Parts: sequence; C-alpha cells; structure tokens
Amino acid sequence: MERYSFLALVRNALSGHEKWGEQWRSPEPKAAYDVVIVGGGGHGLATAYYLAREFGITDVAVVEKGWIGGGNTGRNTTIIRSNYLQDESAAIYEHALKLWEGLSAELNYNVMYSPRGVMMLAHSVHDEQVLKRHVHSNRLNGIDNEWLSAAEAKRFCPPLNISLDLRYPVTGAALQRRGGTARHDAVAWGYARAASNLGVDILENCEVTGIERARDGAVTGLETTRGRIGARKIGVVAAGSTSLVMAMAGLRMPLESYPLQALVSEPVKPVFPCVVMSNTVHAYISQSDKGELVIGAGTDAYISYSQRGSLHIATHTLDAICDLFPIFRRMKMLRNWGGIVDVTADRSPIIGLTPVPGLYVNAGWGTGGFKATPGSGHVFAATIARGEPHPVAAPFSLDRFLTGQLIDEAAAAAVAH
Amino acid sequence: MLLIPCPHCGPRPEIEFRYGGEAHVVRVPRPADLDDEAWRAFLYLRTNPKGIHFERWRHIHGCARFFNCVRDTVSDRILLTYKTGEPKPGEAAIAASRDRYR
Repeated sequence: MERYSFLALVRNALSGHEKWGEQWRSPEPKAAYDVVIVGGGGHGLATAYYLAREFGITDVAVVEKGWIGGGNTGRNTTIIRSNYLQDESAAIYEHALKLWEGLSAELNYNVMYSPRGVMMLAHSVHDEQVLKRHVHSNRLNGIDNEWLSAAEAKRFCPPLNISLDLRYPVTGAALQRRGGTARHDAVAWGYARAASNLGVDILENCEVTGIERARDGAVTGLETTRGRIGARKIGVVAAGSTSLVMAMAGLRMPLESYPLQALVSEPVKPVFPCVVMSNTVHAYISQSDKGELVIGAGTDAYISYSQRGSLHIATHTLDAICDLFPIFRRMKMLRNWGGIVDVTADRSPIIGLTPVPGLYVNAGWGTGGFKATPGSGHVFAATIARGEPHPVAAPFSLDRFLTGQLIDEAAAAAVAH
Repeated sequence: MLLIPCPHCGPRPEIEFRYGGEAHVVRVPRPADLDDEAWRAFLYLRTNPKGIHFERWRHIHGCARFFNCVRDTVSDRILLTYKTGEPKPGEAAIAASRDRYR
C-alpha cells in the first residue's frame, strides 16, 4: 500500500488528488482465521495491529457490525492523560501515553496527537486534597502532574474565570502537561490501514450473531451476518455491546451500558489552548483543530442502548461551561450525540482471559477508553498471543470480581474521565 | 428526559427520580451462607439487556418510595411501572403495553 510522505502528497497534488488509493482492503471473509477480533473500534483495531506487528500473528480478522470509527471511537472527546490515582491504572494509561507519543510515525498516519496539557480544576478543600493526592501518587509513579494556584491556572488557560463570585470558584488545578488530545477518526483509520497492510482482514457491516463452541467448551468460530467464520481465538472488544456478545458464549458480565454524550460548537478561531476538566461541576472542554469547542457531558442515570443522551444532562454541563468560561456564553452548539459505554463497578477496565477457552475480553473502559487505545490494544494483543495476561493487564482480570481485588477508580475520580 | 409514571403519584419528570439499578436482584436472608461465586453474581453480574429491562426507580423528590419499572433500553420507552412487592409482569402484559404505543 502507498506510503504517505511529502513526495506522495506532491505526486497526488499533480494529479488533482484523484489517485489516492483506499486506506484499507475490504476483502470477503475467509472460512477461518487464527484470531478474530469482535469490534472495529480503536481498541479492536489496535489489538489486531499489534498482533500482526509485534507477535507475528497475521491471520487475523476484525469484524465490525457498522463501519470503522462509527462507534465510540468517533463519539468521544479525544482527551488523553495518564494521571490516574491507583498504581495499576497509572501503569496502563502511562503505557498508552508513551505509545501515543510515537504513534503517528509508527503508523505512517498523522493521528494529530497534541500534548497541549490537561488541567483538572479544584473548587473546594475536598477537591484540592483529592487532586493533590493524585499529584503525589503520580509523582511516585514517575508520571508528570503538577499543582497550580488559581492565578497560575488562569495564566495557562486565559479564558478561565477565576472570580470568587462563582457558585463554585476555582481554587487551584492539577496540570498534566503531557496530556492532550488526538484526532479520534485518524486513530481508527490509521490503525485500520496499518493492520490491513500487515495482512489483517477488516470486515465491516459484519455483525456477530453467535459464538460457536466445541464439546469441550472451547470456541471454534462465529456466526455473523456475513456467514460463518472459524476462529481458534476470539477477542471481544465490543464496548457497550460486550454484555450482548459475551452472552452468546453463555457468560454474564459485570458490566452495565450507559449513554454518554458529547457536543460541539460552531467553529471559531483558536481561543482555547488546552483541555480543562472539572469533576465537581462536571464539565470538560477543549478546542479541536477545526475550531469547534468539544464538550463532554455526563452519562444518563439509566442503562440504555439508544446512542443519545438526555437534554438535561447536556444543559447541566453547559451551565458549568458558561460559568467557568463566560467568553463562551453566546456560542452556538452545532451537534450533540451519545455513545454507549460499558461501565464496571470499580470504573476500571476488564482485560484478559475468560472461563471459556479461546475467548478473550477487553471491555469496561467506561467513560474514558479513548486515551488508552494504543496501550489497551498492545497489552490485549500480548494477552491473546501468549494465552496469559500481559503483566500490565494482569490486575484487570475478569476474576477480580470474584476475588474482590478491585481497582477502585470510582472513588478516585468519581466522574466521567 | 423521561416522563416516568410513579405508581403512587402519577407521571413526573425524570429529574424527580433516582435510578435504582436492575430490579428483582434478590437479597438473600443469610448473607454468611453465600460463597464467592454467589456474592459476585449478587454484587456485580447484571443482565444489561438490549430490549426489555426490569429496573428500580425511587421518587426521591416526590413520595420518596421505590417502585419497579419495565423499560425498553433501545427506545427508552417506559412500558409499565408497578409497586415494590408486586409480581414481575409477564410477557403478555408487556406485549399489551407495547401495543398501546403502536
């Protein structure tokens, strides 16, 4: 497949940009594969890419019920950071962040990773204590995170309102300078193209309808809307639909699926230099390179597969945005949408083996999976290739809900990350 | 926002309520008898269906009482609500309620 370079750009410019090839192949499904990944989002595509690239397993298919980048990968607010409280979480998100730093070069695809800084606001003594605890914990784990006063926060992000008149005035902030954003579609497309290049078959419009098992219980293949596909190993990376897919293998999951929504404004000139999040008033905001403000709201209270959120949830977030950034009070919102996120009780993901031989699962990323995409794919690929958990993934096993070894990020963040 | 018919107070906007998770998850009388597997099922495993879901709500800013609700998680349409302690509605009752909306 054509390598993207300055020379390729010039060559294609001369022919009016009409001769660019397809980014990935669209083959017919083969009768069987070594590994089939269920779910063509960022995590699934990254898994397939690292299986082929790092572990030499190229007889791989990714089956996707819709189109590449049409699920949560294309619906999130693209925030990347690794300043999690617990050691296990810090390890996996930092693993991902390190991969983000070299990803565009590795994939030969500009994923527009932009470490513009992620600032988390404190509004009370309690917030300050929690965020400072994060700063100290991160520092012990070798992860950058620093404490800013309100005035320093305003210097870093000039539109921020640090007036004391606010219902929840800003009292300080924690800043991870290496955090930032990336272009979500490009991540999916870049992984799809690179995986396809290495021989992975990407099968779109291919919904899994059943999981086939041998007499001893091991998986042997999948029933799909494009026919039967044999598989020695199956990796389920289906986000909000994970419970449904795993039920086909007779497994109940410790997951619940909620709609999480986001919205974007009309595009404006560059005005917002970083990412700002506030857990207390529940708002997070950044500006895309197109100029739109990208705003994340909360989940609905109840489980749903409707891919839209309630208006009162978005309204609540916009109230907070208008308080924190009065400059945006007259901005018009263009679009809002929802994605279905699968949430675990401890708000940490599930990565690893299942009681069904040959069936692996990578799920439960809840409201904060985008930032983990490269790391999640990498450790999950290692887990599938070796048949045992990657050391970074091991604490996130499915059986922690049996042993009680939970990784409690719910209390640590208590908010959509 | 959902319009939720509280079986005690009638239809009220969603913000008056608090969601209470999956319904009919039975608390055992003697928790000490449970083994790890049963604890996992009770605490963490959920049906999480795409379609008919039995769930609890609490009318926290109204009568403050818990009640049960049958909702379709694809359309978010509320099909039935019933008081705590009343039996789980059968398929016929749910289907009849669906027909009302056709």
